[in-house]
Amino acid sequence: MSIDLRTGSPPARVPFYNDPKVRSIAYQVALCAVIVFLVYGAARNAIDNLERAHIASGFGFWNQTAGFDISQTMISYSNLSTYGRAFWVGLCNTLLVAVIGIFLATILGFIVGIARLSKNWLVNKAATGYVETIRNIPLLLQLLFWYNAVLKALPDFRDSVNIPGGAFLNNRGLFLPEPIPQTGFNIVALTFFAGIVVSIGYHIWARKRQEKTGQQAPVFLVSLGLIVGVPLIVFLALGLPLGFDYPRAGKFNMAGGIEILPEFAALLFGLSIYTAAFIAEVVRAGIRAVSHGQTEASYSLGLRAQPTLRLIVVPQAMRVIIPPLTSQYLNLTKNSTLAVAIGYPDLVQIFTGTVLNQTGQAVEVVAITMAVYLTISLATSLLMNFYNSRIALVER
Amino acid sequence: MTMSEGDLAVAQIKFVRQTTLEQQPPPMSMHGPIGWLRANLLSSPFNIALTILIALFLAWIIPGLLNFLLIDAVWTGADRDACREVVQQRTIGACWPFAWERLAYFTYGSYPIEERWRVDVFFAMLAIGVFWILWLQAPRRDLATYYCFIVLPVCSYFLLHGLPLVGLPVVDTVLWGGVLVTIVVSAVGIVVSLPIGILLALGRRSDMPTVKLFSVLFIEFVRGVPLVTVLFMASVMLPLFVPEQYSPDKLLRALIGIAMFASAYMAEVVRAGLQAIPKGQFEGAMAVGLGYWQMMRLIVLPQALKITIPNIVNTYIGLFKDTTLVFIVGIFDLLHTIEVSRIDPKWATPVTSTTGYAVAGIFYLVFCYAMSRYARATEARLAKSERR
Repeated sequence: MSIDLRTGSPPARVPFYNDPKVRSIAYQVALCAVIVFLVYGAARNAIDNLERAHIASGFGFWNQTAGFDISQTMISYSNLSTYGRAFWVGLCNTLLVAVIGIFLATILGFIVGIARLSKNWLVNKAATGYVETIRNIPLLLQLLFWYNAVLKALPDFRDSVNIPGGAFLNNRGLFLPEPIPQTGFNIVALTFFAGIVVSIGYHIWARKRQEKTGQQAPVFLVSLGLIVGVPLIVFLALGLPLGFDYPRAGKFNMAGGIEILPEFAALLFGLSIYTAAFIAEVVRAGIRAVSHGQTEASYSLGLRAQPTLRLIVVPQAMRVIIPPLTSQYLNLTKNSTLAVAIGYPDLVQIFTGTVLNQTGQAVEVVAITMAVYLTISLATSLLMNFYNSRIALVER
Repeated sequence: MTMSEGDLAVAQIKFVRQTTLEQQPPPMSMHGPIGWLRANLLSSPFNIALTILIALFLAWIIPGLLNFLLIDAVWTGADRDACREVVQQRTIGACWPFAWERLAYFTYGSYPIEERWRVDVFFAMLAIGVFWILWLQAPRRDLATYYCFIVLPVCSYFLLHGLPLVGLPVVDTVLWGGVLVTIVVSAVGIVVSLPIGILLALGRRSDMPTVKLFSVLFIEFVRGVPLVTVLFMASVMLPLFVPEQYSPDKLLRALIGIAMFASAYMAEVVRAGLQAIPKGQFEGAMAVGLGYWQMMRLIVLPQALKITIPNIVNTYIGLFKDTTLVFIVGIFDLLHTIEVSRIDPKWATPVTSTTGYAVAGIFYLVFCYAMSRYARATEARLAKSERR
């Protein structure tokens, strides 16, 4: 037993309310009580309020007929389809704009990010100006600008702009010829996919051989030949088995072809340009994080500028770039909900907009929408953690 | 004094120069404007091509912008005829009389005209607070925190909303709009998110499992969903969760949504700061007998917040831009007032929309750029104190 050295008597017992363990439990119980009380109160109020407003609850609306039309559908849908079907249409539209947006934003972002590190004064300043301007203007304002001030200001469909190749541009959208595969096109597609598979196999084989013998194989050229060259030859040999459905000016609107809605284009432009500015900053920080000693060491080993970049700088920069890059991808996906402001039929516009207004079931509809985005976010961050643990710097 | 053999040799060989030459300036191609051009713009064929490409692009975009904003712009006029190409028979740029006439609407929304001085007083009080807390040489900066986080919010509420006791009639929030709402929404987000964010960050690092669990759940949930859905939740679900008679008004709902959202992001920023504090600081504080809150208030948070200032300001920039989203749930912020004005038949011309968006763009650009400069300057200042 410990003895207090000054008085020689055993220390006074700590009163139980000063015991950290007791306190900790008391705080937690209090917190739980408050939260349970709040949730219970909210639930009671919600039930009362819903009953008073005669709003149904539960997910029964999922199988009811929606009764509204959607301007862009990737899966079959008509106004006789169910709310559940409308949900999937919205989700597909959201994913479509997110995937294409991520693709464009990545390309533009990497170009601008590298340009910001350029020694060319003009390139450097132009890239800086782009990033500083775009980052400091709200995305919603940019979307409204693209939609209302640029795309809606295009000529009426009667004076459509003719784009060489059979495409038309007017304020109702961009109308492109629709490719229609004819007999034999399946073979071309098949050789294309076969080319991809064989290229991957060749890549693995070439890598193993290089590790064993040090000999390098022309992986890029061979892959290019397999993926592009062979299908092209097959395509030509089969006599161009691809037709086009060209858009024509009808009486009241364009007919035929593929229609790209101005809402979609505005959202895509806005999201890509906005996110690219952020990606540029991520890329710049990533490349600058690779110390100059790495480049010098590579030069002193006799590597030239191009292999140095490809084999030394980029792999190390990617380790720094990928995590924030993923969060930018997530931001782009979440920002695609701004579609609701310009009327692009994404998940939020269809579900939290139209479906919520028709059914009035706010709790269920908002919960489903949030669950979708939460799933996307959490799945991405799980993947990211897995990736991070794989590429983390292994030190001694 | 005798000359050594070497000296003799030097003296005899006449062609060795005995004085140093005057230093010559470097060749023209290496310094001055030409050298600069060669090094920075024309160092390789690829760079020359890039320079030409960018120069062409800038030559296309900058005159276009100048033409639209200044040269072709219309500066005076009473209605849409002043800004129509058909009427004026010339190329028309921005329609500034439209923006000028609507300036009061962009600033105050539908706030009653005779009460607008209250908004002006609010702006002035806010400006004082901002300068006081941001300007490092300001006197009594210790009081500035209390002013900004306690005095200002309480005074502004009574000033803007009204206090009939002292003769300030109540102005319903439905009438608020424009810059006023943009500033109110972002100020509430800023003032509320910092304390709640700190609490959530502390909760997330707490030893108590339930506190940690609830903090993590809240933070990850809010950060995992888009702001639009949080605002929808606040505007359509919140009224269901409270008794009917206490149903919050539209602006308050949006404010609650924004505050929740900002707090979750702030929590992660503060957490990063907390993680950067070495363990020795916590142990030292405990060793001198400080309790948890004393340790946090006196030792840990001052250090953690200091290093997070740049990130906090960056979060505020994001928040300031995000306030435009309240437009979607029907609040009349600056962007919404512009959307309403630009389709007003009195001013409907092809250039009205672009003019309106230019006004909003310049507003946000100036404020956000100023904030980001401040963040960068703070970063540089803090880096100086770390230098050895």
